[in-house]
Amino acid sequence: MLTRAKFPELWLATAVLAAVGSIGAPDAVAQPKEKVLRAAMHADVRTVDPFWTTQTIAAIHGLMVYDTLFSSDINLDPKPQMVESWTVSPDRKVYTFKLRDGLKFHDGTAVTSKDVVASMNRWGKRDGAGKQLMGYTKALTAKDAKTFEWALTEPYGLLIDILAKTGTSIPFVMREKEALVDAFSQIQEVVGSGPFMFKRDEWVPGSKTVYVKFKEYIPRKEPASGHAGGKVVKVDRVEFIWLSDPQTAQSALVAGEIDYLENPAIDFMPNLKKTPGIKLEVHPAMGTMGILQLNHLHPPFNNVKARQAMYYLINNADYLNTIAADESLQTLCFSYFGCGVSMETDAGSEPYKGAKNIARAEQLFKEAGYKGEPITILHATDHQYINPANLVMIQQLRKAGFLKLDVQAMDWGSVVSRRAKKETPAQGGWNIFITGTTVLTSSSPVTHTSIGMGCDKAWFGWPCDKKFEDLRKDWAFAPDIAARKKIAVELSKRAYDQVPYISFAQWRNPVAYRSDRLSGVQTMPSVPPMWNIETK
Amino acid sequence: MTAYIVRRLLATIPVMVVVALFVFLLLHLTPGDPAAVIAGDDASPADIEAIRRKLGLDLAIWQQFVIYVGNLLRGDLGTSIFSNLPVLTLVKQRLEPSLVLAVSTLVLAIALAIPMGVLAAWKARSWIDRVVMGFSVLGFAVPVFLIGYLLIYVFAIELRWLPVQGYRPLAQGIEQTARSILLPAIALSMVYMALIARMTRASMLEVLSEDYIRTAHSKGVATIVVLLRHALKNAAVPIVTVIGIGLTLLISGVVITETVFNIPGLGRLTVDAILKRDYPIIQGLIILFAGAKVLVNLMIDISYVFFDPRIRY
Repeated sequence: MLTRAKFPELWLATAVLAAVGSIGAPDAVAQPKEKVLRAAMHADVRTVDPFWTTQTIAAIHGLMVYDTLFSSDINLDPKPQMVESWTVSPDRKVYTFKLRDGLKFHDGTAVTSKDVVASMNRWGKRDGAGKQLMGYTKALTAKDAKTFEWALTEPYGLLIDILAKTGTSIPFVMREKEALVDAFSQIQEVVGSGPFMFKRDEWVPGSKTVYVKFKEYIPRKEPASGHAGGKVVKVDRVEFIWLSDPQTAQSALVAGEIDYLENPAIDFMPNLKKTPGIKLEVHPAMGTMGILQLNHLHPPFNNVKARQAMYYLINNADYLNTIAADESLQTLCFSYFGCGVSMETDAGSEPYKGAKNIARAEQLFKEAGYKGEPITILHATDHQYINPANLVMIQQLRKAGFLKLDVQAMDWGSVVSRRAKKETPAQGGWNIFITGTTVLTSSSPVTHTSIGMGCDKAWFGWPCDKKFEDLRKDWAFAPDIAARKKIAVELSKRAYDQVPYISFAQWRNPVAYRSDRLSGVQTMPSVPPMWNIETK
Repeated sequence: MTAYIVRRLLATIPVMVVVALFVFLLLHLTPGDPAAVIAGDDASPADIEAIRRKLGLDLAIWQQFVIYVGNLLRGDLGTSIFSNLPVLTLVKQRLEPSLVLAVSTLVLAIALAIPMGVLAAWKARSWIDRVVMGFSVLGFAVPVFLIGYLLIYVFAIELRWLPVQGYRPLAQGIEQTARSILLPAIALSMVYMALIARMTRASMLEVLSEDYIRTAHSKGVATIVVLLRHALKNAAVPIVTVIGIGLTLLISGVVITETVFNIPGLGRLTVDAILKRDYPIIQGLIILFAGAKVLVNLMIDISYVFFDPRIRY
């Protein structure tokens, strides 16, 4: 109890206690004895089931813990990973795969064909490309412990490419026990056969996720290349530390408290570039493509002329200079499939590449029947690049002078919810929202969800064009890359004609790491590999 | 006194019921959909609907509320939609960093602000008073994140004395914990110090003009004794009240401080849950925060008895 006599002494004592500082104490980061790689990723591992959500961070977690049948190498070409060998029937409808020796789950049990079949079935219920593949699948059968057969209804040419896909929803192999869990429910146990084991007891969602080396993992003999080749783990432990504040994240890297920063904010690049011991690296296909999504269900953008008119108002360079001021990160890209990738093409973009033409845009809007109705824009104000992109777009549209805008500011979570509404803007729907996709996702017409024009089955905005969808299907069935490139040109022309969305820019997102502490870092778009990295 | 405490505790029940209802309705009427966040950007509307069904978000709001209240009455705060972990487990993981930060901030603020306020009142209208009040205005005006970044730049980046970010649990040793919490506690305590110092000064000025203080001086009692025993104790009730009110400020400040210094506490858990629309976590945390606020108010009211014997319940 506080007494008359004790009260002043008490606060004096607390003052002394509070003043007992640690100034001059040794450096904050005690070096652990084991080799630890501390990485700050773009998001927090909040969900440990990589099929349950298509968030990229779930794929990054998945790649640590699970293994894949095929993987993309540094050039994004598919290479076998868990598969030892495979054959294709002459009619290209039956693929027979054999698993390589020594594959083991973290619980010590062997990986079998039954695990593979169950995993592919679960993945095929959630992933867009997986769903398409399953649509052409006649039967997926385990022949023996190490052999399985994939029979197709038609000679679908993308089977291997899709099994090697990276980005979101990678087709990982789980134990049959987890793979039989409903695809819309989360699995409870995380037991993979990948190079790292998940430490559930150290997992603090929203703060830290820990992985330790799986000592019984047998890497392939080939050198590591992207996600392919030998996954040789050279550290004992990897810690994903969630640093939600970009300023703090870059400070932590500069101070050496973390070794790897997956997604440094573009504003801090100049600072990181000049800091000794820090290196910035980028993969050619590593980047973001801005999407200005138009709603095809309601006026004015239910009329193709209004959609085309938007191209005469949007100046890509303005977005790039705002989002990624560093010119080395900018790509003035007019390819719907991204630039720096095999399907890059700007076919059909010719009318829109010149100076902006407000008079032409106004004329097209008039022809589309626009009479000054408010255009509802869902403006996400809490997103790193979507907010500035919205500000640029609003400025450009206001500058045109003939459009009436109804700008509705909200957080990104609200945009995600609101964009699903098909009602008219007056009834809670929308006309425009801005989002983005990775260059990797957009590089294939099959995985590029937002370019699809499948009407009711299409992405938000619901573009509808049968010719375009037929071309997409042709692309998927093309026998080789040359044939695919040819079809990609046709797809691009049709996209510029129909305008499913406006692609406003492409910019690169390098990773930053302590080159004085790490070696063997490989960059890959969206999902960075953590094996092969050595700590000094 | 016991009857008063029991009455106050019983009165918290309707408060908590109103809080639960208000939070539930506010969350479910606010735009945003966890199913859409889970499904990801490339998901089809059909996928989002399937996830919504699995999570029970397709049920009518009143049905969801009945389930929520039923769980609450069983002491079950629910399970995080994303991590699939019980909310209580997540709270337990985050409780220590938040408590250590809050207590350190309180100790730091009280230990420095009260002497500052006493000094300012004693030397009223002198340069000391102006410096203390100037600091107080600054403490209110400068946002906590800016102070945080400045402290990081000076003490962690330039001088390398303290870590930029992170929290070291008490289990790793008190020194490690103190080092990890010092900068966040300083940043967070600034506004709190400003508040307490101003209130202490105002309250002390009032008491120092009382006759009994003049009497004490004329009796030859030492100034320090007059200030601390005669004046400060009698000025304590409003100061204690403002410390209690300041706890609300502390909760909101913790959210920002924990983000800037990457402290894995309850503040960050709240913000992350709101951004992801993880309803069970948000609901559980607000119930806990409201309960803590009610209890703190009760403790403050009880503490008046010790400072002013005239107060009786």
